Amino acid sequence: MSTFYFIAFLSIFFSILVISAKNPVHSILYLILTFFTFTIHYILMNAQFLAIVNFIVYMGAILVLFLYTLMLINLNKESEPVKPFMVKIAAVFGGGILAVALVSSLKSLGVSDPVVLKNPELGLVKNLGKVLFNEFLLPFEVSSVLLLSAMVGAVLLATKDKETKATI
Amino acid sequence: MELADIAIKFGLIIIIFLISLVIAMYSTYAERKIAAFFQDRVGPNRAGPWGILQPLADGGKMFLKEEIIPTNATPFLFIVGPSLAILTACIGSAVIPWGQNMVIGGKVIPLQVTDINVGILYIFGVVSLGVYGVMIGGWASNNKYSLLGAIRAASQNISYEISMGLSIIALLLVTGTLSLGEIAQQQHGWHWNVLYQPVGFILFLVCAFAETNRTPFDLPECETELVGGYHTEYSSMKLGFYLFAEYINMFISSAVMATLYFGGYNYPGMDWVAAHVGPIAGPLIGTAVFFAKIFLFIFFFMWVRWTIPRFRYDQLMDLGWKILIPLAIANIVVTGVVITLLN
Amino acid sequence: MESLSNKKKQLTVKPLNFLERAYLPAIVSGLAITMKHFFKKPVTIQYPEQKREFSENFRGMHSLKRDENGAERCTACGLCALSCPAEAITMQAAERQKGEENLYREEKYAAVYEINMLRCIFCGLCEEACPKEAIYLDGDIVPSDYLRKDFIYGKDKLVEAPLNQ
Repeated sequence: MSTFYFIAFLSIFFSILVISAKNPVHSILYLILTFFTFTIHYILMNAQFLAIVNFIVYMGAILVLFLYTLMLINLNKESEPVKPFMVKIAAVFGGGILAVALVSSLKSLGVSDPVVLKNPELGLVKNLGKVLFNEFLLPFEVSSVLLLSAMVGAVLLATKDKETKATI
Repeated sequence: MELADIAIKFGLIIIIFLISLVIAMYSTYAERKIAAFFQDRVGPNRAGPWGILQPLADGGKMFLKEEIIPTNATPFLFIVGPSLAILTACIGSAVIPWGQNMVIGGKVIPLQVTDINVGILYIFGVVSLGVYGVMIGGWASNNKYSLLGAIRAASQNISYEISMGLSIIALLLVTGTLSLGEIAQQQHGWHWNVLYQPVGFILFLVCAFAETNRTPFDLPECETELVGGYHTEYSSMKLGFYLFAEYINMFISSAVMATLYFGGYNYPGMDWVAAHVGPIAGPLIGTAVFFAKIFLFIFFFMWVRWTIPRFRYDQLMDLGWKILIPLAIANIVVTGVVITLLN
Repeated sequence: MESLSNKKKQLTVKPLNFLERAYLPAIVSGLAITMKHFFKKPVTIQYPEQKREFSENFRGMHSLKRDENGAERCTACGLCALSCPAEAITMQAAERQKGEENLYREEKYAAVYEINMLRCIFCGLCEEACPKEAIYLDGDIVPSDYLRKDFIYGKDKLVEAPLNQ
C-alpha cells in the first residue's frame, strides 16, 4: 500500500510539474515521467499487458511525436504571444468555476468499499485476450474501425494535390 | 523467494551485465578489425598481441578526455541523454533466455533473469524508450545538427517500430505466446521459427538494423550531412556512452533475433548431446550455441555495415512506410490464413 | 551530329526490373564481394618494421660522400647552395691542415655543412651541380621530429659513415 501512495504522490507531483514548467520541452519530459508512474500503477494492479502497452504506445510513440513536434518549434521567450488582459480574466474565472465544481463533487463523495477483482489474473495477456475477443468483441471491432477512419483521414490530409504538383 | 534464489538471480544479473559490457567493448575492436579485413587492411594491431588491448586503450582515452558541456546547453538534460541511452540498452537483456534450466544439487536454476509473460512487448517497450536518450541528448546540446540528428532518429525509430511490431505479430500467431522463455522452448531441436516465418525474419532483421541505427540506416549520425549527428557536442565518456549503447543494442537485438527466429539455445541433436554429457554441461553447451548465434548476427551487422552505403532520407521513409509495412501486413494475413487452414 | 570516330555509344536508361527493385539480390551480391575481400591478404605494409622498396630514381635524405680512401669529397665550393631553389643549404669552408689528408680530399673542405630539411624540396639540383660528386640524395625518408631546429641537419647526420670501421 505504501508503494501505491508513493507512486501516486509521484504521479501527482510530476503532473503538477507538467503544467508549471516554463519550457514546453521540459513539460513534455515531465509528462513522460507521469506516464511512467502510470505504468508502475498498472504493474501494481497486476495488469501487465496494459502496463506494457501504456509503456509502448504512450511513452514510446505518442510522447515521442509530441517531443518531436515541440523540438521543431522555435519557442523562445520573444516569440511568446502576449495575452490580452481579458483573456487572463476569463482564464481565472474558468479555473475558479472548475475548482468550485471539483470541491463540491468531492464533498458529496462517499467512501466506497474497495473493489476486489473476482479474478486477480485478469490483467494477464491470455485472460485479457479472451475477454476482449468474446464478451467485448463488438466494441473492440468498432473502436478499430474508429482508428482506421482516423488513419484514412490522416493519409488524406497528408497526400498532396496532384494538380498543383503538375504545375510546379 | 528464498535468500538463495535472490542471490542466484543477483549473480545472474551481474554476470549478464558484465558479459554484455565486455561484448560491447570487444565489438568496437571486432568492428575495426572486421572493417579492416573487408578492406584488405590489417586493423588495430599495436596495443597488445593482434591489438587485443585496443578497447582498453580506447576506454582509458575516453575517460581521460576533457568533459565539455556547451554554454548554451541544458546541463541536466545534456547528462541525462547518454545515461538514458545506456540504461535502456542495458535493461533489455532482462527477459532473454540465455539457456535451459540447470539443475544443480536438486535446485532448478533458470538462466533467464525474469520470464514475464509479455517478454516480447517488454523488449519492444525498451527499444521504443531508447530513442529518448538520443532525442534528449540531441535537443539539450542546443546545436542544429544535433537536433536534426535527434529528429531523424525519432522519426526513423517510430516508422520502423511499426513494421517491427507487425512482423512480431505474425510470429506470435505461430508461437501463441508472448513469453520469450516459452518461445525458446518451442523451438526445440531444429524447429526454428525462421523456417515458418522467413519473410517475417527478413522484415525483423531490416527493422533491427534501423532500430539500432546501424548502416544502411545510420542517418541520425550521418557525418556527411550532420557533422556528427546527435552526439556532435558530446565528448569524453558521455560520447563513449552513446557509442557503447549502440554496441549493446546490437548485442541485445542479435540475442532477440537468435531467440525469436533462430531457436535460441536449441540446436539439432541437443537431446543426444544432453543425454551424453550430463545435466550441467548440456545447458551450458546450449548457451554456448546461443552465443555463437549472437556472434554470427553481430558479424552480420558489421558485414552489412561495410558493404552497403547509407540510404537517402526519403528512401528510408519510403522503404519503411510503403514497402515494409504492407509486406508485414500481408505476412500477417498469409500466416493467419495458413494457420486456420492447417487447424 | 554524326560521329566521326565511331566511338559514340548510345546509352539508354532502362527502368529497373522487379529483381533490381527488390534490392535484396543486389545486397547479396554486394555481401559476396565484401566476403571475397575478407579472405584476401591485406595489402598493408607495417611501415617502421617493413619498408616498401624505393624506385631507382628515388630522392631521399642527402648524404655527403667519401672517396675510395675514406676522405670527404666535398670541397665547399658552394655550387650546391647556389643551385638550391629552396635555399636550404649553407656551409662554411675551412683550410685543410697538415696531417688531415686522409680526412679531406681537397685543400679546402666544409667545416660546417647544413641542410634545412624543412626547406628542402628534394629536387636533386644540388646533386647535379656538384663537380666533385660529393652529394647524393640516396638516403631514406627524412624522419619526423618535434622541433624545427631539429630539422637542420649538420655534418654529423649527413656525412657517410667512414669506410672499414
